[in-house]
Amino acid sequence: MGAKAAENGAKSSSSAPSPPPLKAFFRLKTKQQELLIRVASLALIYVLAFAVRLFSVLRYESMIHEFDPYFNYRTTLFLTRNGFYEFWNWFDSESWYPLGRIIGGTLYPGLMVTAALIYRLLRFLTFAVHIREVCVLTAPFFASNTTIVAYFFGKEIWDSGAGLVAAALIAICPGYISRSVAGSYDNEGVAIFALLFTFYLFVKAVNTGSLAWALASAFGYFYMVSAWGGYVFIINLIPLYVLVLLVTGRYSMRLYVAYNCMYILGMLLAMQIRFVGFQHVQSGEHMAAMGVFFLLQVFYFLDWVKYMLNDKQLFQSFLRITLTFAISVGALALGIGTASGYISPWTGRFYSLLDPTYAKDHIPIIASVSEHQPTAWSSFMFDFHILLFLFPAGLYFCFKRLSDATIFIVMYGLTSMYFAGVMVRLILVAAPAVCLISAIAISATVKNLTSLIRTKGKAPLAVSGKGSSSLKASAKASADQSLPFQHNCAIALLVGAFYLLSRYAIHCTWVTSEAYSSPSIVLAARGAHGGRVIFDDYREAYYWLRQNTPADAKVMSWWDYGYQITAMGNRTVIVDNNTWNNTHIATVGRAMSSYEPEAYEIMQSLDVDYVLVVFGGLTGYSSDDINKFLWMVRIGGGVFPVIKEPDYLVNGEYRVDKGAAPKMLNCLMYKLAYYRFGEMTTEYGKPTGYDRARGVEIGNKDIKLEYLEEAFTTSNWIIRIYKVKPPKNRW
Amino acid sequence: MLTFRELEFKMAKSSTSDAQALFRSLRSAYAATPTNLKIIDLYVVYAITTAVIQVVYMGIVGSFPFNSFLAGVLSCVGTAVLAVCLRIQVNKENKEFKDLPPERAFADFVLCNLVLHLVVINFLG
Repeated sequence: MGAKAAENGAKSSSSAPSPPPLKAFFRLKTKQQELLIRVASLALIYVLAFAVRLFSVLRYESMIHEFDPYFNYRTTLFLTRNGFYEFWNWFDSESWYPLGRIIGGTLYPGLMVTAALIYRLLRFLTFAVHIREVCVLTAPFFASNTTIVAYFFGKEIWDSGAGLVAAALIAICPGYISRSVAGSYDNEGVAIFALLFTFYLFVKAVNTGSLAWALASAFGYFYMVSAWGGYVFIINLIPLYVLVLLVTGRYSMRLYVAYNCMYILGMLLAMQIRFVGFQHVQSGEHMAAMGVFFLLQVFYFLDWVKYMLNDKQLFQSFLRITLTFAISVGALALGIGTASGYISPWTGRFYSLLDPTYAKDHIPIIASVSEHQPTAWSSFMFDFHILLFLFPAGLYFCFKRLSDATIFIVMYGLTSMYFAGVMVRLILVAAPAVCLISAIAISATVKNLTSLIRTKGKAPLAVSGKGSSSLKASAKASADQSLPFQHNCAIALLVGAFYLLSRYAIHCTWVTSEAYSSPSIVLAARGAHGGRVIFDDYREAYYWLRQNTPADAKVMSWWDYGYQITAMGNRTVIVDNNTWNNTHIATVGRAMSSYEPEAYEIMQSLDVDYVLVVFGGLTGYSSDDINKFLWMVRIGGGVFPVIKEPDYLVNGEYRVDKGAAPKMLNCLMYKLAYYRFGEMTTEYGKPTGYDRARGVEIGNKDIKLEYLEEAFTTSNWIIRIYKVKPPKNRW
Repeated sequence: MLTFRELEFKMAKSSTSDAQALFRSLRSAYAATPTNLKIIDLYVVYAITTAVIQVVYMGIVGSFPFNSFLAGVLSCVGTAVLAVCLRIQVNKENKEFKDLPPERAFADFVLCNLVLHLVVINFLG
């Protein structure tokens, strides 16, 4: 008996060898198949989002790009070396000489703390990484996390199919890649993840009415506030959303629970960041949230009284009394607050979003940044490609199936698209909304098309997560009266959709490779024989500064290069990218635009030892200081009326050749940029002193410097460093 | 025909009688609410009163450690708001929350209050 059982057991175990993976796949139930496909797709999307951002690391090296990330890198380095307490209370005397800067209280710590935590974790797991590697790869890591959040968000708004498409779209969307490539160690890399995460948690809280989700969204908001100044978008969009829900009559108890918990806890948590301080109760930009908070209390109180009274007549009178009382108190408080100046008005940075012409007239520093210019249609097409026309299609689908969640995504999409039109930089904020809404369009369309195909009884296509349970009834009905070419039409349209999506993928990869993967600090060009030529002048100059100047030397340059000089050159600078003190920058601008004697006086008053100038005339590099010079004049002239912009122009035209204005030909910037350039032959067949970036022969070739002497010029003349001579000995 | 004076008197009288009828009807409706909700309402009133006292004190003394003032007021307002959320979730007449067990609502309430007071203690300075 026992032997027979054992034999049976042996037989059964030997007659069922493990099937090969493909067969094993088809043995699973449909639900498990679907789960496997979904998880596999998400895993691939996760890896894709990380991999597509690695172009510059593979082409050049693992380094930090641009200007702002160098400040973030320097602060992260300080944080890992000196600990959180020193970081939080750091006063930096190496920038904005002689004023210094309270770094601990004027930065958004989220990015640095995140990178430092990842660094600590990796070190704890005994991976001996350098903090620079962690900083370089932080943004791609968080981009991958954003795709996961986009999946869950899409699932919340529409269904899991839309979530998958959204994750795939946002993984390669150029609008997002532009600020989150490897090496772009900037606040936006982490902030977009925090933004989408907060929105997802809030929508989840509104959908479920649970205090736990609202608490989670408050923490998400806290992370966003710690990461980026763009949190003002959240604190204005969410009250606007609540207001829209109230006005359209979709309010419910869940909305009350979600918003109140998120607002109070979020506000308290946000005020822990020193840089934000008391802005949530004192700044005009945050008053919308407070206003909606009080409005909600009044609204729901009235709702509760109406429910309790059950009598229309009495309630009307009560309503009248309370409303007049509440509105008068609110208006009075707002009026007194604004008039007395306690509630500060909208700051220039955000006011220029509502009134795009404001910055050009009043705040030249904001207007001068190239990322703050209004967006052209070509930028939209470049950054969004097919998503641009899928966006209205998605809006149509959202309006067809309105719910609390779709109303939110529609509002997010529309407001962020408006702001993206005002400022190029804000395409980044619009990217997640555009991806989500386009995903809805794609998912809904493909779902309809595949259901049309499936009704013909063909072999079921292994589509991911697009079940047609609700469409079966309508599909059956349509099968009875099906058009003759319906099946073929559906297949043709599906092929068309597949073609569009593949073109999108090709476009995104090309854009990332060509446009968004340049480190800006290392320049590349094609040589005469097609080989690649690398210009590493920036780092050459900074390391020269680091190794050949005294440790307490002060360097004057335009504010663009401040962060890089302190981070890589390790020297004190006069002004840097933080641009918190307009007068100090205007002083530097005035020095650069004045004749040499006056400039020398200003430089003596600032204790300047070295002056650094960027010059692109030899290489044809067009982002140099001569092209930025008019902004120096404008900013300097904004504070010191002695600098007048028309003095440097000829008939309103900016020239550097013989016909240029005399003040232009003799100002400090011109002299420093073109010193000894008159002897150089830059192009075959052109006269000496031919400026390749402006395309003209310079006007003043015989430049003599009286108070400065040339200290260093890099190998391609891109950076030129001059030493300020001490004053002449007196008789 | 009523004179203007008589009309005025009648309107005033009707508005006061209106207010009285309102008050009475509110009172009777409120008496019907269950005891646990009344306890929560009492707690809310207590929290709001404490907040008002703090604001009045600030008005008298000045707002110097503004973070302390904000921490105090926001802790009162926050706990009042959380209590109202608890009341909403526990109230049996709310059809949206009928699947939510009151223990879960109370646990959420406790968690949120914990976070609120931890942040307040950090903010008090």
